[in-house]
Amino acid sequence: MSQAFLNLENVTRQWEGQGGVAGISLSLNEGAFLSILGPSGCGKSTLLRLIAGLEQPQDGRIHMRGRDVTDLPASKRDLSMVFQSYALFPHLSVAENILFGLKVRRVSRPDRERRLHEAVALTGLSGLETRKPSELSGGQRQRVALARAVVADRPLCLMDEPLSNLDAKLRNSVRRDIRALQRRLGLTVVYVTHDQGEAMSLSDRVVLMRKGRIEQFGTPAELYARPASTFAAEFIGEPPMALIRGDALGTSSDLTVGARPEHIELAPANKADLTARVLDAEFLGSETLLSLEHPGAKGLALILPGDTPYAPGDTVGLCIPAQHRLLFDTQSGKIEKEPQQNPATRIRQNTAPRDGQTAPTATEPTFDLQRTDP
Amino acid sequence: MSHANTPDRQRRAIHGWLLLSPALIMLSAFALYPSVATLWTSLWSRGTRRRPSEFVGLDGYRQLLDDPTFWKVVSNNLIYAGITIPASMVIALTMALWANSKMPARSFLRTAYFTPTVLPMIAAGNLWLFFYTPSFGILNKIGALFGAEAVNWLGQPDTALWAICMVTIWKEAGFFMIFYLAALQTIPPDLREAAEIEGASRWTYTRRIVLPLLMPTTLFILVNAMINSVKLIDHLFILTKGGPSDSSKLILYYIWENAFAYFDRPAAAAMTVLVLIALGALAAFQFLVLDRRTHYR
Ligand SMILES: Nc1ncnc2c1ncn2[C@@H]1O[C@H](COP(=O)(O)OP(=O)(O)OP(=O)(O)O)[C@@H](O)[C@H]1O
Ligand SMILES: [Mg+2]
Repeated sequence: MSQAFLNLENVTRQWEGQGGVAGISLSLNEGAFLSILGPSGCGKSTLLRLIAGLEQPQDGRIHMRGRDVTDLPASKRDLSMVFQSYALFPHLSVAENILFGLKVRRVSRPDRERRLHEAVALTGLSGLETRKPSELSGGQRQRVALARAVVADRPLCLMDEPLSNLDAKLRNSVRRDIRALQRRLGLTVVYVTHDQGEAMSLSDRVVLMRKGRIEQFGTPAELYARPASTFAAEFIGEPPMALIRGDALGTSSDLTVGARPEHIELAPANKADLTARVLDAEFLGSETLLSLEHPGAKGLALILPGDTPYAPGDTVGLCIPAQHRLLFDTQSGKIEKEPQQNPATRIRQNTAPRDGQTAPTATEPTFDLQRTDP
Repeated sequence: MSHANTPDRQRRAIHGWLLLSPALIMLSAFALYPSVATLWTSLWSRGTRRRPSEFVGLDGYRQLLDDPTFWKVVSNNLIYAGITIPASMVIALTMALWANSKMPARSFLRTAYFTPTVLPMIAAGNLWLFFYTPSFGILNKIGALFGAEAVNWLGQPDTALWAICMVTIWKEAGFFMIFYLAALQTIPPDLREAAEIEGASRWTYTRRIVLPLLMPTTLFILVNAMINSVKLIDHLFILTKGGPSDSSKLILYYIWENAFAYFDRPAAAAMTVLVLIALGALAAFQFLVLDRRTHYR
């Protein structure tokens, strides 16, 4: 595979120097599933619309299959798109909506019928073909939009938060459908979402965006294990990575230490790196999530198996193994280096709220990449 | 049981009638009574001082059908409707599509289009009188620049009706455009983008998506345009007074003439009844047949 399927070079689109996206470069192989992830207003939709050709870049080039498509209109880019708002034609029935593009492109009638049948079966819309969009539920409309993109049989499919209006259960099932579909048809998909769990569980590649720029671009495992910045560390994972001021752990305050909750262990008071107060204990069934408070830490949490004896207000001693510590520059937020092996940082103990209580050591929780919303 | 209920039911009935009464009184006084009175009048002969009017039944209608001027006026009105309705609607739609697209002086353009609507019809008539006047009217001056003969647009039977149509189209198109523009702005822009991605040309998008979505508006405008093609005659008083030789006379003007110039009230009433019947049939057709094929959001 020499040539990337989709290639963006330094693409910029802003409004009066604000908003939008700036200096976006990324490339994607054929058949890959790319998620564009980021908080609201960070430019995800703008980026997707640039790829679609609905928005023109002020700067930079976009290539598809080695061809420069920057100046090509959307209709010539050979892609399909699922709009966040569905964009169904309200006066056309489900079948007419799905077939709109095929009719425009004068696909023969038997061919149309066959593809409609396939798409309808695939999205579970059988029996609804003659309904108008206004007579469908949100989830059904979503699937019509999806069917319209599938039936087009285009090699590239763009989806803008296609599941944002569905309930959690439907979201999970449609999510699985999309992934299975993408694999089966060998589609290249660019998928916009602000839900990190969705991005992590679906994609081959994730673009994490912040304020119109790429914060990090990599596989979900890379983003999870080695976030490029404190922003990425806090955005990815549920619960996200805890960030602890360096001086609270005996290093310089120029550094911020990041640790995933599943790597934080309980420790007896005399061996603990820091002690924290329990804010809340959430029982999740097989495990319990303790939210902790410490003056020098943000998002401190701990995952313990089964039910725990801790109640809000208790204090616990914590130990953060050196190999699981990530160091960030406090000023810039950027990552300093790889998980470091120097055990010297564990020497000093820092007691935050008084009354360090001894606690049983926790068993090592498994590394769970696909952890999503509890 | 019923004894206990009676005062309560009465009170509710009174309440109901009280709520109904404003609409009931207004409609009866200004719609129902005049219609019935017109129908009644049309069945009587024209009264003179020597011969008081007497009941003649449908005789008045028979006389009307024998009146060549009536048929001339009817055909004038059909031509008038046949030209002004489609022309003003097509122009309104075109202007709306244009004014809705992205362009620099958009709000100025909308205001400019709408100006004729704000003008009273009488003022518009006077304005166009100045355009049409032979020799020194603007149309002839422009024509003279290209060496064309001076034409008395309003003064000759061949052109008078067309000149009248022009004024009506000019007046109505801007008004209808506002409705189209409002409807166009309720169409979400992502429909256009979706169509574009599917490979639809601008024309296909307009024909397959925009026009069907504008159908309710089109129907509404059509009803209005039809009513106006009967109703809008103010400019006749200024421009031609129906002449020359009835070539630009429309039904309502003829009714007015009969009632207030010739004082033949039964004839005017009979014509009014015929117009009412025709308009009623049209309205029924529109709402029973066209309505069913229209998509309302
Ligand atoms: N047409 C526009 N004119 C001006 N500013 C715009 C326009 N479109 C987007 N922006 C700005 O660009 C930024 C990114 O917008 P975008 O729609 O891409 O965000 P997003 O990441 O998709 O957000 P969300 O998750 O809420 O959909 C926002 O700050 C927005 O205000
Ligand atoms: Mg968006």
